[in-house]
Amino acid sequence: MSQPLQFCTFYLDKLLFGVELQGVQEVIRYLDVTRVPLAPGVVSGLVNLRGQIITAVDLRRQLEFPPRPADAVPMNVVVRSEDGAVSLMVDNIGDVIEVEESSFERPPETLHGKVRSMILGVHKLDDRLMHVLDITKACQMAEEVAERNDAVTVDR
Amino acid sequence: MSDTEIVQEFLVESYENLDRLDQELVSLEKNPGDVETLASIFRTIHTIKGTCGFLGFSKLEAVAHVGENLLSKLRDGLARLTPESTTALLAMFDAVRQILASIETTGQEGERHDEELIASLAKLLKSEPASKNKVSSAPVPSKGEHSKEKAGASPPDIRATVEKKIQEDPHPMVEVPAEAGVVKSAEVVEGVHAQQGARTQSSAADSTIRVDVGLLDKLMNLVGELVLARNQILQFTNSSEDSSLLATSQRLNLLTTEIQAGVMKTRMQPIGNIWSKLPRTVRDLALTCGKEVSIEMEGQETELDKTIIESIKDPLTHLVRNTVDHGIEKPEVRRAAGKNPVGRLHLRAFHEGGQVIIQISDDGAGLDAEKLRRKAIEHSLITPEQGSRMTDGETFNLIFLPGFSTAEKVTNVSGRGVGMDVVRTNVEKIGGTVDLQSKQGHGTTVRIKIPLTLAIIPALIVTCDGDRFAIPQVSLTELVRLEADEVEKGIEMVHGVPVHRLRGQLLPLVHLSEELKLREGHGTGAGQDGAVNIVVLQSDGQPFGLVVDAVNDTEEIVVKPLRKQLKNIKTFAGASIMGDGHVALILDVMGVAQRSNVISEARHRAMAEKHDDTAEKIAEKKTFLLFTGPDDSRMALPLNTLARLEELPNSVVEKSGQQWVAQYRGQILPLIHLGSVLEERRTELKRTPRSGELSEGPPLQVLVCNYEGQTVGIVVEEILDIVEDSADVRHPASRPGVLYSVVINGRVTELVDIPAVLQTSGVTQARQTVQVEATR
Repeated sequence: MSQPLQFCTFYLDKLLFGVELQGVQEVIRYLDVTRVPLAPGVVSGLVNLRGQIITAVDLRRQLEFPPRPADAVPMNVVVRSEDGAVSLMVDNIGDVIEVEESSFERPPETLHGKVRSMILGVHKLDDRLMHVLDITKACQMAEEVAERNDAVTVDR
Repeated sequence: MSDTEIVQEFLVESYENLDRLDQELVSLEKNPGDVETLASIFRTIHTIKGTCGFLGFSKLEAVAHVGENLLSKLRDGLARLTPESTTALLAMFDAVRQILASIETTGQEGERHDEELIASLAKLLKSEPASKNKVSSAPVPSKGEHSKEKAGASPPDIRATVEKKIQEDPHPMVEVPAEAGVVKSAEVVEGVHAQQGARTQSSAADSTIRVDVGLLDKLMNLVGELVLARNQILQFTNSSEDSSLLATSQRLNLLTTEIQAGVMKTRMQPIGNIWSKLPRTVRDLALTCGKEVSIEMEGQETELDKTIIESIKDPLTHLVRNTVDHGIEKPEVRRAAGKNPVGRLHLRAFHEGGQVIIQISDDGAGLDAEKLRRKAIEHSLITPEQGSRMTDGETFNLIFLPGFSTAEKVTNVSGRGVGMDVVRTNVEKIGGTVDLQSKQGHGTTVRIKIPLTLAIIPALIVTCDGDRFAIPQVSLTELVRLEADEVEKGIEMVHGVPVHRLRGQLLPLVHLSEELKLREGHGTGAGQDGAVNIVVLQSDGQPFGLVVDAVNDTEEIVVKPLRKQLKNIKTFAGASIMGDGHVALILDVMGVAQRSNVISEARHRAMAEKHDDTAEKIAEKKTFLLFTGPDDSRMALPLNTLARLEELPNSVVEKSGQQWVAQYRGQILPLIHLGSVLEERRTELKRTPRSGELSEGPPLQVLVCNYEGQTVGIVVEEILDIVEDSADVRHPASRPGVLYSVVINGRVTELVDIPAVLQTSGVTQARQTVQVEATR
């Protein structure tokens, strides 16, 4: 019997996502975001997390979801990345759930594009699927996009 | 405590002592009668010798031992300090340092051959007694036990002295075996000295501790958070009625402020820490150059943030070396000029307006403004014309340009033309400025202005499109506000690029909201009341105006670096948390200037002035043809570059490959539509449809010009006039294809750069290809 895995779950456009609990620093309600001009689109801006300035990534844009409705207030899932804390902006927070490794399955081949690199796979829960997010990729993408954006600026 | 720990402690302690030694020995050379200093030097070497004997570093012990012997003779007045013995002692300190470094890295003393050094010290030791007679007549210190010794003190006397010492000192750490006749007098005194030394050292160790800088940084961050929490609590409690809550929060407020100040202070270090190495540097350098230099210091206790101290160390050393090498003359020259043969180097540090000023002044030869100007022109750093317009003050600051050296010949000390620009770059990197003043024959003063700390900087807070931005105050020169009714007149356009005439000079304007793409479309940059706020900034010596919506206030902000994901955006230097807890971005003035091409074009202009002689000649002729270019912009060409003005009917225009041509006097004349060349900066939509369709519409106004044997026709909208004007008021071009913006007949006019236009349109290049093929 393998060790049960703990996941912090959240919702994006009614889909259930999860990140491994060890990677999560904290979950907080909405913080005021200062937008960063010229930053890649997935960066929603900077937030003040008790005196620490951290970058907020709009997970909806990162995962190519339609933009959040104007009246919806996002929540922050603060994760630890290689380059310090990063806040992932999500729609809603779910529970912390325990799953067995056996319920995991890799994403189907029909899922492709940018999203595939960020979704490690799914855990088959009783009533639904939980998408497992690759924290490093979700944060790293911002960086690659930033570089690409820079190149475009130079070309122009 | 393990062995390695003991060795480590020994190393740290010895390094600190050695740093002090250099300074003490140099000061002793100037003031040989200073017993206290001599005793302190002696103690240090004695301690090192004693400890390394105990730890088994025999080579180190041998070197230290012979040095100690020489020092003990000096201290006892049996010898006098000569320059030779000072040099030998300094060499001995260096050897000790090398051995210590070797112990630190390898744990071993390493293969060393110090016999020569030891021999030279020993030789000095032997030769010294020859001057003994002189010593007795010389005014040697006559304090306490020293005089007794010299007068041939009898053992009971010494005993009495030591006993007195011990009485004065109620807690002797070591009992000195002061039995009469058993111990030699010198050794007794030495023992007492060592004892005293040990005591002062232990008390210093009691009052200070070593703290890891990382820990201090962490504390600093925590205090930042505390300040924020405090601010939020204050906001809540101000609306509260509860008096005890109010009182408590006031107290919290005060305490937090004090803690903040205290923590900031822990990172502060006196500038004397880095100055202490300079006397030795100056002494060695002065000896090499055959000069005499005395160094004076004022304000050693002035404190600066540790990181700043570290980063000004090298520039400062460089400036001091420069001063000794170039600034101060040789003694005979000084004597001839009626000055004291000993040159004076004065270091001064003090606080002024929240910044620290470091002044390095000398009473040397000063700088020759004329010579500098000539050199700068020789090296093509400035044009003769620029040179004649420069004030002496501006000329002196030329030496901060890369590739500039005032030295007649290159020495191993300085004069290679690198250095002063590095000094400026390093100082500017930490947000400081360097300035140089000089009076020929009287000396030079270099002023370095640096912020107290890097973590907290004064900044101007501006608002643009609802977002706040902080602009570091160092790059700020002035604020200009144009009221609603002045906007029309105050902002002129150079082909759609806004400029403002600031005291007769054209100041390029950069709209922050456009550069940062904060909102779509163009605007005048006017705020709600119709007024325009221009923040005049200086970047790399090039001024430009940043148009913002509102100027709020100046504030001390805590700088936080941006995360890696956002580091690529060069327009921001970091971020900061404002009093209300929101985040504001700190603008990187250099980055904004680069993004809006302010800097690169200034450089481009400098290059053009330097290399393009034809362009320079053209600009000096004063007759211009005025015409209207694309989008009704006013443009001009020097008349002597033009062969003829023609009006060609559309019917003669034909297309040859990609090039529009016309048959003209039996030749094929390539036609260049100025609009199509100059409009690269414009968006696609604004491109005039005519540029591609020359064969339709009204007759063409063509300026026929000969350039390098080729005849081309430049198509313009309308020919206006031929005028004579001095066209003095010049400004760097705002786009390629334009040489300068000038004021002709009181209006801003663009001067067309024909070579650039031809190249952009491909005419010149096409011709070159043809030539290449022909030569084959």
